[in-house]
Amino acid sequence: MLRSIAARIAQALGLILAVMCLNFLLIHLTPGDPATVIVGESGAGDPELLEEIRAQYGLDRPFVVQLVTYIGRVAIGDLGESYFFNQSVTSLISARLWPTVLLVGTALSFAVAAGTMVGVATARRPESLLSHGATVLALVGFSMPVFWTGIMLVILFASTWKLLPVQGWHDVSYGEGVLANVLDVGEHLVLPALTLGLIYLAQYSRLSRASMLEVLESDYVRTARAKGLGERRVVYKHALRNAVIPVVTVIGLQFGALLSGALLVETVFNWPGLGRLAFDSILRRDTSVLLGVLMVSSVMVIVANLLTDLLYTIIDPRIRLRERSNV
Amino acid sequence: MSDAAGLGDVAAADMGVTPGLGAGGGAGAARPGRETFRLFVRNKAAVVGVLMLAGVVFMTVAGPRLYDQDPKDIVARPLIGPGELTEARLGTDYLGRDVLAGVINGGATSLTVAAMAAAMVLVIGIGIGAVAGYYGGWTDSALMRFTEFFQVLPALLFAMVVVALFEPSMWTISFAIGVVAWPGIARITRAEFLRLKNLEFVRAARAVGATDWRIIRKVVFPNALPPLIVSATLIMGTAILFEAGLAFLGLGDPNTTSWGLMIGLNRGNFLTAWWSVTFPGLAIFFTVLSFSLIGDGLQDAYNPKLRGR
Repeated sequence: MLRSIAARIAQALGLILAVMCLNFLLIHLTPGDPATVIVGESGAGDPELLEEIRAQYGLDRPFVVQLVTYIGRVAIGDLGESYFFNQSVTSLISARLWPTVLLVGTALSFAVAAGTMVGVATARRPESLLSHGATVLALVGFSMPVFWTGIMLVILFASTWKLLPVQGWHDVSYGEGVLANVLDVGEHLVLPALTLGLIYLAQYSRLSRASMLEVLESDYVRTARAKGLGERRVVYKHALRNAVIPVVTVIGLQFGALLSGALLVETVFNWPGLGRLAFDSILRRDTSVLLGVLMVSSVMVIVANLLTDLLYTIIDPRIRLRERSNV
Repeated sequence: MSDAAGLGDVAAADMGVTPGLGAGGGAGAARPGRETFRLFVRNKAAVVGVLMLAGVVFMTVAGPRLYDQDPKDIVARPLIGPGELTEARLGTDYLGRDVLAGVINGGATSLTVAAMAAAMVLVIGIGIGAVAGYYGGWTDSALMRFTEFFQVLPALLFAMVVVALFEPSMWTISFAIGVVAWPGIARITRAEFLRLKNLEFVRAARAVGATDWRIIRKVVFPNALPPLIVSATLIMGTAILFEAGLAFLGLGDPNTTSWGLMIGLNRGNFLTAWWSVTFPGLAIFFTVLSFSLIGDGLQDAYNPKLRGR
């Protein structure tokens, strides 16, 4: 068990190293002087700054030395400077990290909880109206561009019915204090999280329905029923655990896609997260920030994958036991 | 990183495709192709999908000839609602351009980019998946590590970086989408090759001295096709969404009209001019939906046992 966790952490570190190399390659594959790429347009006019960057990144030294220098810098959390803001990329990103984590976390929790519920309900009555409705909704949810869904929800809930704020995440009309702040952010969070969650709600309901249908046909469920257990107990106590395994798998695999969706949603709602930061850095040609966001987001995906792997061993004791016998 | 659950299932779940769609699939084993076709045509949703796609393709190909209006021309005052003008039936955008003309002309970019990206995804994904699954061993581990790396990159962000660093053109955009979207296909292909490579007919081909290349191409690949066809259809949908997302962010080819770009440009006005963002969005939605419906129909037709799951 411990050994396999250690192996997975090592694997995750390897992936992080690979992302660093990719970032480095992107700087060098871009047409033009790497120093110009690093400082972006706002710094490129300053020859002294360019010289400084060349010295700092060792751009006049051999390629391999440059790579090692770069990795060494990133490894200690130095992602360079934003010459637009005259601030370190790390501090810019850490200020924007939590809004994104909050948005993605809320959307994901909503999608998993509601999706599994719908999936289980429809699997128990596969021919019901609800079941067919859920299938249609899954298709519709998958086919809508997420930024457009966001805009449509704003038109409905913020413009036509005026129930929720249009954009941003803070409002001056709220007073001071922790509670007011929580309510404020919470109110602003509803629409973005719903937008992002809807796609995954659709997919997870479909997925958990399919796996629930399969699990409900398995021998051990028949045994549980034959023992005379109530249907509720069979479904929620015996079948559900196995039925959510594919959902957990997909959460890990799709986390990158989820983050990509969050970027678009943040742009629509002016949510001050990493996506908004990446979007603005493209407009400002602030490449070091853009590459920093890519780095940090990839690490987030790698960590999410690691966590889902650990989650497996909790949900499915067979994996835990199999590994124990291997060690 | 998900060795625990078995890579085959992971790959399938990734794409929403069920693993192990059998060779031939249909109940009438004598003419599997015809049986699949019969099942597909009987599936109402799938037929609706085909008709929808035909409609989109017709609009894109014939539309500009039937409705001769340049989407870049300013035809009337800005932000006029739909139905108020005869020269712009779906209203005008923030510059006074015809929304209907934009919707009609925007499809060409989306469909072309999506098709090029999907072709790239298939070539890379099938190539890597086939080699990994067929040869196994360290080749497999190395290629799967490589695939995993691309799976942890947040796809849209990586595509944004690629397009932002290089010039945005149809080629860079297709390339950016292709580079980030192939791991799913690679995993499905690998799972199919793993399943098929030790079956009797493949062993027979090996016994009569066929080369690896020939076995991969002529013996295993045709039998791995059904799930790949399904995924290819779904990849088209994903690629269209991707292209729309990039264009929405202003990273599309600036010289062409596209649905995503229309929504992005009119973003500042959507509260006062809902039509300028709603109609292009509906066009994207119906195009992607058509591919999803067709993909679902093909899946059911190839594997009738799983219908409705």
